[in-house]
Amino acid sequence: MADRITLRVTRYRPESDTEPAAREYEIPLRKEWSVLDGLNHIKDHLDGTLSYRWSCRMGVCGSCGMTVDGEPKLTCATFLSDHAPGPVRVEPLSNFPVVRDLVVDIGDFMRKLPRVKPWLIRSEQEAPAEGEYPQLPAERAEYEQFSMCINCMLCYAACPVYALDQEFLGPAAIALAQRYNLDSRDRGASERMDVLSEAEGIWACTFVGECSAVCPKDVDPAGSIQRYKFTAAMESLKTLLLPRGMR
Amino acid sequence: MSEKSQYTQFHPRWYRRRVPVFWWLRRPSYLLFVLRELSSVFVAWFVVFLLLLVNAVAEGPEDYRRFQDWSATPGMLLLNVVALCFILLHAVTWLFTLSPHAMVVRLRGRRLPPALIGVGNLVAWMLASALVAFLILG
Repeated sequence: MADRITLRVTRYRPESDTEPAAREYEIPLRKEWSVLDGLNHIKDHLDGTLSYRWSCRMGVCGSCGMTVDGEPKLTCATFLSDHAPGPVRVEPLSNFPVVRDLVVDIGDFMRKLPRVKPWLIRSEQEAPAEGEYPQLPAERAEYEQFSMCINCMLCYAACPVYALDQEFLGPAAIALAQRYNLDSRDRGASERMDVLSEAEGIWACTFVGECSAVCPKDVDPAGSIQRYKFTAAMESLKTLLLPRGMR
Repeated sequence: MSEKSQYTQFHPRWYRRRVPVFWWLRRPSYLLFVLRELSSVFVAWFVVFLLLLVNAVAEGPEDYRRFQDWSATPGMLLLNVVALCFILLHAVTWLFTLSPHAMVVRLRGRRLPPALIGVGNLVAWMLASALVAFLILG
């Protein structure tokens, strides 16, 4: 294994650049170094002006999503040695406006997320529970997969539907809505349905499946969307066929 | 995504990348997705073809023979072979990728893995085809 590797990092300084340009940095190649470690080395020793987001270094915070050699990746979970001999292309996540260097603005997602009400909804008339809402392990298993989402935005960066139509609610927001819809303690499924089943909700998804392929937490947003399409179709069928009392 | 950059209060100048025209050639999955969308045209064509066939049968033996001759022309054969490939792509997506993910099937309280649902779909498809073949040929 060579002991050096080149990172070709996209730089964009809004105050001076009209568009991003790649810049190369040669860094040590160590077996245990992730791409994020490489970026930290650049920041600490080669060029302190490089901007990028990171926090936990262990695939929990979801901050360090970037495009590595064309693929949306968590840079803390992508090893330099897997991309040797390089050069390794490090670019900001696709489909989001670039604020600076490798930092993107995810405000669009942050505005969409509360629309699907990602919290436990209980009826207001209900008296506060005496202590807690118990849940069986099997009931927890129903939504656990979708609760693993860390909002890293890799799914949005991989989604061609979102690239072409920014109004699309998007994979993570829908998966997180399902996380609460499938929770036995939740009563808000009907409140979420209007947002989820609008044209820019689940029906905009054409099942490319890349969101699930790039998800570092195996959330399977594509699966959750297809599952909700089935639920929404059944619901509208019920509305059409059944009298009001039986729905 | 058409604007290159825009000014807002907090971000002096965002850079927005344009989606390239040939974005769908970047990954095999994107290409497959575009081909699958295109397959709907061929699904529609098969419906039209079937209606023309039904119409020809209803009009009598003379029309039916003319329909058969028309279907046997090289151009029509090529079109229908291409259409068949697209229909198979469409069907395989539905059976093995989409519906196993959309459906939750439980057996004795345990959720069946998607691959098994896909196999179940294949078996159901075979049985339905055998039934149709039996009705037509038998």
